[in-house]
Amino acid sequence: MNRIAQTFASLKDQNRKALIPFITAGDPHPDVTVHLMHQLVRSGADIIELGVPFSDPMADGPTIQRSSERALKHHVSLNKVLDFVGEFRETNTDTPVVLMGYANPIEAMGYTVFASKARSCGVDGVLIVDYPPEESSEWVKCLDEHGIDAIFLLSPTTPKARIEQVAKLAKGYVYYVSLKGVTGASHLDLENVSQRLKELRQHITIPIGVGFGIRDGSTARAVANVADAVVIGSRIIEEIEHATQDKLLFQVASLLTDLRKAMDEH
Amino acid sequence: MSAYDLPSRDGHFGPYGGIFVAETLISALEDLRQKYEYYRTDSEFQAEFAYELKHYVGRPSPIYHAKRWSEHLGGAQILLKREDLNHTGAHKINNTVGQALLARRMGKKRVIAETGAGQHGVASATVAARYGMECVVYMGSEDVKRQATNVYRMKLLGATVIPVESGSRTLKDALNEAMRDWVTNVESTFYIIGTVAGPHPYPMMVRDFQAIIGIEAKTQMIELFGRQPDALIACVGGGSNAIGLFYPYIEDSAVRLIGVEAAGKGIETKQHAATLSTGRPGVLHGNRTYLIQDENGQIIETHSISAGLDYPGVGPEHAWLKDCGRAEYVAITDDEALQAFHDLCRYEGIMPALESSHALAYAAKYAPTLPKDKLLLVNLSGRGDKDMATVAQMSGLSL
Repeated sequence: MNRIAQTFASLKDQNRKALIPFITAGDPHPDVTVHLMHQLVRSGADIIELGVPFSDPMADGPTIQRSSERALKHHVSLNKVLDFVGEFRETNTDTPVVLMGYANPIEAMGYTVFASKARSCGVDGVLIVDYPPEESSEWVKCLDEHGIDAIFLLSPTTPKARIEQVAKLAKGYVYYVSLKGVTGASHLDLENVSQRLKELRQHITIPIGVGFGIRDGSTARAVANVADAVVIGSRIIEEIEHATQDKLLFQVASLLTDLRKAMDEH
Repeated sequence: MSAYDLPSRDGHFGPYGGIFVAETLISALEDLRQKYEYYRTDSEFQAEFAYELKHYVGRPSPIYHAKRWSEHLGGAQILLKREDLNHTGAHKINNTVGQALLARRMGKKRVIAETGAGQHGVASATVAARYGMECVVYMGSEDVKRQATNVYRMKLLGATVIPVESGSRTLKDALNEAMRDWVTNVESTFYIIGTVAGPHPYPMMVRDFQAIIGIEAKTQMIELFGRQPDALIACVGGGSNAIGLFYPYIEDSAVRLIGVEAAGKGIETKQHAATLSTGRPGVLHGNRTYLIQDENGQIIETHSISAGLDYPGVGPEHAWLKDCGRAEYVAITDDEALQAFHDLCRYEGIMPALESSHALAYAAKYAPTLPKDKLLLVNLSGRGDKDMATVAQMSGLSL
């Protein structure tokens, strides 16, 4: 059993849901990233989604775009991101790390070079926003060969036939984007999410995480009631953006601790 | 050459093209693909499109023999396909009319567009006014500064122009922002992409709407000269005017197809937009194609005197035509394009767009190497009124 499956299995035993924070690697500074990852774990993260900065993040709202721009000012490349994971693994061998990003840095590195380096650095899963299942057969095969989970997105507009297609390819967990639009948008319709998750579960047997629009303890808790995992991104990035350097770890920790507490209350 | 029937059903031109978008856009693209597939062969739709092109756009656009300039250059004859005479002054309107008709049939009341030089934005604002639709145009804030006249034109036509402040603040960032709008408002909104890039079915659809350029040229060449040209020459940013001219000639292997990219301040300076000449394949804006990128796969800012060519990608069909050797791609610098701009003004009384001036500049280099009975057909894709301020500035004047 790999780290992602292990994590979900042990959470299930404890009757708890996964908290998955997203940060952009290298934001606000490359020196902070590995410390921040450890802090996320200490504050209750079960899995870490680590964003690979890209010059043209089409599916992201202004908050995550800015975080990508800050990281790119420090020339944080895909290679550098993999190094961060390797460094994190020196002292943490349990917490799964999932890379999230766009296709072109992967294209530039090449599938096999990427997958073998990712494997050796301790990456557990990869979600490439602009590799939909249609364009992913070679990509998924390559990740499979290296024992890395291919994570896929599902959206409110995904029709049944595609859900089945994703069900066949997806490993680890699937990421349900709970509303239309880009990351950082507001207004989450919980009723709708809960209905959709029921439909998805008829086809998807692996855990389902929900992200987009989760901003505070009460939405996190409500989502945790219906989903297997809660993904939180833009809200953390906002915290990072506004924190002074000396308070950054503390503020992110306090946000995450609150979310964890809210999710674990029954 | 066997029958050319690309793209494949799933939108690929060899290894290029495809649908590289987030899950949130897939169903909208699938809907568009199905609707377009239907209307592509629907005689009523095609008849309305043809009517609009004739009576609203002013087609067919003539082919003009630039005799004085050809004589001055002293070689092959240069013929100009006059897309600059279309309503709104460029080829862009062919495509926006087609997409607006499709948007209407899909019941969309709001259209969005990205624009670089502003020509596609103006063409989109124009058809939105013509068909009574709301129009929002995304434009990089750098381009908003460079193309103030076109920004005002769009506003006069009733469009909202949103300056984009992210990234390099140019065309690619406007495209990112338009995609984000589309994801958010996908039910009410039709995204009019201005070039033969983006996810399937856009490269095919935009090509089909622009193919009228080449279809007309084929007939006109026989009427005027009794034969087809020896070569077609067109500028390539995203590549829609070039594909529009090339596509009907792809199986006609005696006709050379030459695409002209922007070499900016020179290929060696790295300040250029010559994607096919210098780039590597990758994935951006929904398709796999050649891209100007660094060794880590980050997209690099491009430069051209012409905002319409200032784009780090290129249509996937051009990528394929390059790889399979059917078309050739060359690059022309800012200075060379500027010289051709002035020459066409002085020798023919025609002021070309700076984009089109790149194609003209290559024709001016190539023609003298050929005998006088050779025919070069250059796509004069737009008129140059919009560029007067840029040209004046390059000459050290301010208007």
